[in-house]
Amino acid sequence: MPVAHKTGTVKSKQGSNAQSQKAPAAKTVKAASKKKDEEDGTETGEGDEWMQGKTLIKPLDQLDLTEAELKEEFTRILTANNPHAPQNIVRYSFKERSYKPISSVDQLAVHFVLEGNLLHQDSDEARRQRAKQGLPEEKDTVETAVAEKPETPAAGGEDAGDVEEGGGEERADSVESKAGKKEQKITNQFNFSERASQTLNNPLRERGCQTEPPPRANFSATANQWEIYDVYLEVLQKQEKNKEKAKAVPKKDDDKGKKKMMLVETQSDDITKVAKVAKIIERMVNQNTFDDIAQDFKYFEDASDEYREQEGTLLPLWKFQYDKAKRLSVTALCWNESYKDLFAVGLGSYDFTKQGRGMLVFYSLKNSTFPEYIYPTTSGILCLDIHKHLPYLVAVGFYDGCVAVYNLKEETLQPIYKSTAKSGKHTDPVWQVKWQKDDMDNNHNFFSVSSDGRVVSWTLVKNELVFTDIIKLSLEGAVSEGPEGVQLPIMACGTSFDFHKQIDYLFLVGTEEGKIHKCSKAYSSQFLETYNAHNMAVDAVKWNHFHTKVFISCSSDWTVKIWDHTIKTPMFTFDLNASVGDVAWSPYSSTVFAAVTTDGKVHTFDLSINKYEAICQQPVVAKKKTKLTHIEFNPVYPIIIVGDDRGYVTSLKLSPNLRKKPKEKKGQELPKGPEVEIAKMEKLLSLLREPENSNA
Amino acid sequence: RFSAVFIFSPKQAEVEETLKRIQTHKGVIGTIVVNAEGIPIRTTLDNSTTVQYAGLLHQLTMKARSTVRDLDPQNDLTFLRIRSKKHEIMVAPDKEYLLIVIQNPSE
Repeated sequence: MPVAHKTGTVKSKQGSNAQSQKAPAAKTVKAASKKKDEEDGTETGEGDEWMQGKTLIKPLDQLDLTEAELKEEFTRILTANNPHAPQNIVRYSFKERSYKPISSVDQLAVHFVLEGNLLHQDSDEARRQRAKQGLPEEKDTVETAVAEKPETPAAGGEDAGDVEEGGGEERADSVESKAGKKEQKITNQFNFSERASQTLNNPLRERGCQTEPPPRANFSATANQWEIYDVYLEVLQKQEKNKEKAKAVPKKDDDKGKKKMMLVETQSDDITKVAKVAKIIERMVNQNTFDDIAQDFKYFEDASDEYREQEGTLLPLWKFQYDKAKRLSVTALCWNESYKDLFAVGLGSYDFTKQGRGMLVFYSLKNSTFPEYIYPTTSGILCLDIHKHLPYLVAVGFYDGCVAVYNLKEETLQPIYKSTAKSGKHTDPVWQVKWQKDDMDNNHNFFSVSSDGRVVSWTLVKNELVFTDIIKLSLEGAVSEGPEGVQLPIMACGTSFDFHKQIDYLFLVGTEEGKIHKCSKAYSSQFLETYNAHNMAVDAVKWNHFHTKVFISCSSDWTVKIWDHTIKTPMFTFDLNASVGDVAWSPYSSTVFAAVTTDGKVHTFDLSINKYEAICQQPVVAKKKTKLTHIEFNPVYPIIIVGDDRGYVTSLKLSPNLRKKPKEKKGQELPKGPEVEIAKMEKLLSLLREPENSNA
Repeated sequence: RFSAVFIFSPKQAEVEETLKRIQTHKGVIGTIVVNAEGIPIRTTLDNSTTVQYAGLLHQLTMKARSTVRDLDPQNDLTFLRIRSKKHEIMVAPDKEYLLIVIQNPSE
């Protein structure tokens, strides 16, 4: 609180106006006050020298002013404005986002502040303080009251008075305590007594016991999404196992056997578990070594084909060989329909004099150095076929006339089924085997043809191979004199057969005499048709993959012939200058086929491009003396495998010219495969048929 | 350096043969078989190199596998190839084992 003091009027020659007393003190002009002081000084000086006489003593530094100037009136206005206060305070207004001047500026000037300690009577603080101080005050009042009381009822007796006094004193005490906690206890005014007693405090005793800490182990793990997934899978599997156990009847012997197996496994050096991984690594290592071949296989397309017009080339890729099979020749090749990189090689010998053991070997394109599966056999293999739907079942025909079925899933090297002399094995080498559709009892079955003139159907019934003679190939008209004058028909030697792709019962058989018979599974004694195909044994007979009427045949008489089964004469004949070992249609085009000859060449034809010549004739083996024995097209990739008589299998990639598809006209969508192919073939055939018709 | 190998079953012989083929393959510098704890159990390299390869590659394979499985728990790591200037390290993990092969592909 600023101390109010009067503003004094300035006593000066120049007049001044003083304003309200309580207004802030006005600042006086310094010059005026100075002058006043000087005048006072002069006046006192005057007083001293009063005896000497009035003389004005001018200080040396006094302003020299003229009379006019001295008489000039200066008006001084005392205002309530604080001269130190700023006149133009500007504040930033966020609303208007600019600086705005404040309308009125605070004019208060504080000269002196002193905190006082007076409280108003009725304020809270005052009441509180009174409350605290109220006790001694009341005590005084009460005591006076008590003092009064014993005085007044003096007649009551001293006891009473004492009692009362005591009571009064007690009352005083009580009042004290009461005053201390004012709003709490309202005690009896007359005979209140407070009693307290102290109980015996029992001595405190501390007791503790220590146990052995529970064993601790540190555990750390990560909880990833896949770990959770794994655990869930495990739980699921356990649940399923439990379900199965609940259903199945437990056998004690089996359990014991299993336990023994378990023990053995754990004792072994666990190297067997590395098997799968080792296989992967081997393939990787091979991929690295044959990296360029793998790249070629996948990506290389011969660019020079654009300049070559019609011709194409075969690019050699991997070469497959197995040391133990070096002296054997490749007698059969077959691609696996389900695993497109797996193919089977049958090894044996075509040489009549050099018959010995044989081998069934499976290779994968992913590993060209070592076969995936190896099955050594006692007799040379002459043919094999892999089941279309069950990629682990392989039917094999041997030189000694047996047929066998191998199951690749089994760990044994023995076939699961083998025909014996009792069960109707052939008496001559089996030249071809082919799987058929499952019969009505859902048993697998396959056919075989052999030089003994029989076409036999073998059915896998439980653990046995049951055979059924389908047809006996007899030479027309030829009858030989058997013992006791019985006339026995001479059997023709079947060397190859093929089943029609769509018509189930229809099949073709090629014989050693060079004839091709069209047969039906239904008729066991008669042929539907016979074609005088070749002059020598028919090595291969194959139906076209697309066109239902066309088939191809090749023979050691150097020729390859294409037929329409409704016409007795061949549609096309090609002379290849060497004995043709095998011929195969391509799976992607109805007019492309390839043949291998004993001079080591592969001849590729595309009838839609060139009807008279091969579009590619390429030797594929290094040494000229090696004879090529078999050829197969891969169902998916543009590669072919060629087997030769030294046990090698060479894989080759077909260049683009060999894989030509019909050009699509602009604007039209690509027509569906098979129909186009059939149409293509039909067109070719019709060209040939018309002149025939016209001639006829 | 490795202890004698006991052949219990034809399958084991097959695996042994496969490993031998890998070791004698063109360009292969070394082969190491590591168990689930990262301890090499079979090797064709010297001890210090083996221990180093085993330890480092084990961790890397775990990380790679974790990555593949995190992205899709139904997926799993098949193999890992690390191609460097000098050679290529190939790692094929299994549930319990790890097979490491170092090959010089250009040879």
